[in-house]
Amino acid sequence: MNEPVMIILCCAFVTYLTRIGGHLILSRFGEIHHRVESALLMVPTAVLSALVAPALITHGPAEAIAIIAAALIALRGSLVATVATGMIVLVLLRQLTP
Amino acid sequence: MHTETANPSQQQSAQAVDGIKDALPIMMAVIPFAAVFGAVAMEKGLSFAEMLLASATIFAGASQYVMVELLSKEVPAWSIVLSVFAINFRHLLYSASLGRYMKAFSSPQKAGAFFLLTDPQFAASETRAAQQNLRPSYYFGYAATTYIVWITANVAGAMFGSLISEPEAFGMDLILPLYFTGLLISSHKRPSFFSVLAASCCTSWLVYYSLGSPWHITLGGLAGLVVAAIQSNPQSLESSHE
Repeated sequence: MNEPVMIILCCAFVTYLTRIGGHLILSRFGEIHHRVESALLMVPTAVLSALVAPALITHGPAEAIAIIAAALIALRGSLVATVATGMIVLVLLRQLTP
Repeated sequence: MHTETANPSQQQSAQAVDGIKDALPIMMAVIPFAAVFGAVAMEKGLSFAEMLLASATIFAGASQYVMVELLSKEVPAWSIVLSVFAINFRHLLYSASLGRYMKAFSSPQKAGAFFLLTDPQFAASETRAAQQNLRPSYYFGYAATTYIVWITANVAGAMFGSLISEPEAFGMDLILPLYFTGLLISSHKRPSFFSVLAASCCTSWLVYYSLGSPWHITLGGLAGLVVAAIQSNPQSLESSHE
């Protein structure tokens, strides 16, 4: 086996470890403390916030406004409406700012 | 399988169709991302077979971009593997959370499901689990759509790489951030929502400009979880389970 193939397979292995690891660690504990449970309940909010946050400040005003507009729509509207609103706002603002 | 009122196989296919339907809009973002990976991998000197092996076995776009970049730079093998591990570290949190909703999954199904656990897969499955039982057929409907489209677009990108225009042109680059924004706002009624959001965003920004990417994702996420744990009390947990 050549070296790139070895490296790719090692990368695949460590990636799978991260994907199954959280579950394997957690399932070793029978009873989960209420603080751990509260934290796990907020994993989507926490990680997705951290994932999106840089996009708010690194791209430019058009992108930031589009994300904020989408967030406001998301409070009431569907997921499709949210993404569509963000895209429309973004395309319009990019047209306005050369 | 539990006994259910309707025909089980009918229910299964309805669940799978739901999964496919939920995944399809996201493919608008996955296709350019995957096609560009195919093109970049070829350009950086990977063979077609190596590109395909990476996409089929790693199946984590951002980390694959970094791996290809480092492979072309003669850096030591262990540092490439470590970089990929660091970028994918956030999945530990995903699997810890999502594993709790996989009661209907057999062990082999779980092993396969975690192999296919991407960012959109996690976000969609959490949303599904908040509405109803997370079924394997829903999960794999979503996952199969993503995986097949991902590989197909990789191959197309590798073959016709020079024809791909910049994804920025149509705002494609912002689809995933918008999608994640929509999914994260859907939990806004939970008691600690705004404090977790604030803690994660601020930490993410700080880390992004100090340690740098990809640590902002994991550390920003952990900061929000610490806030959630501090604010936790057994009563509030009951109400947020509804």
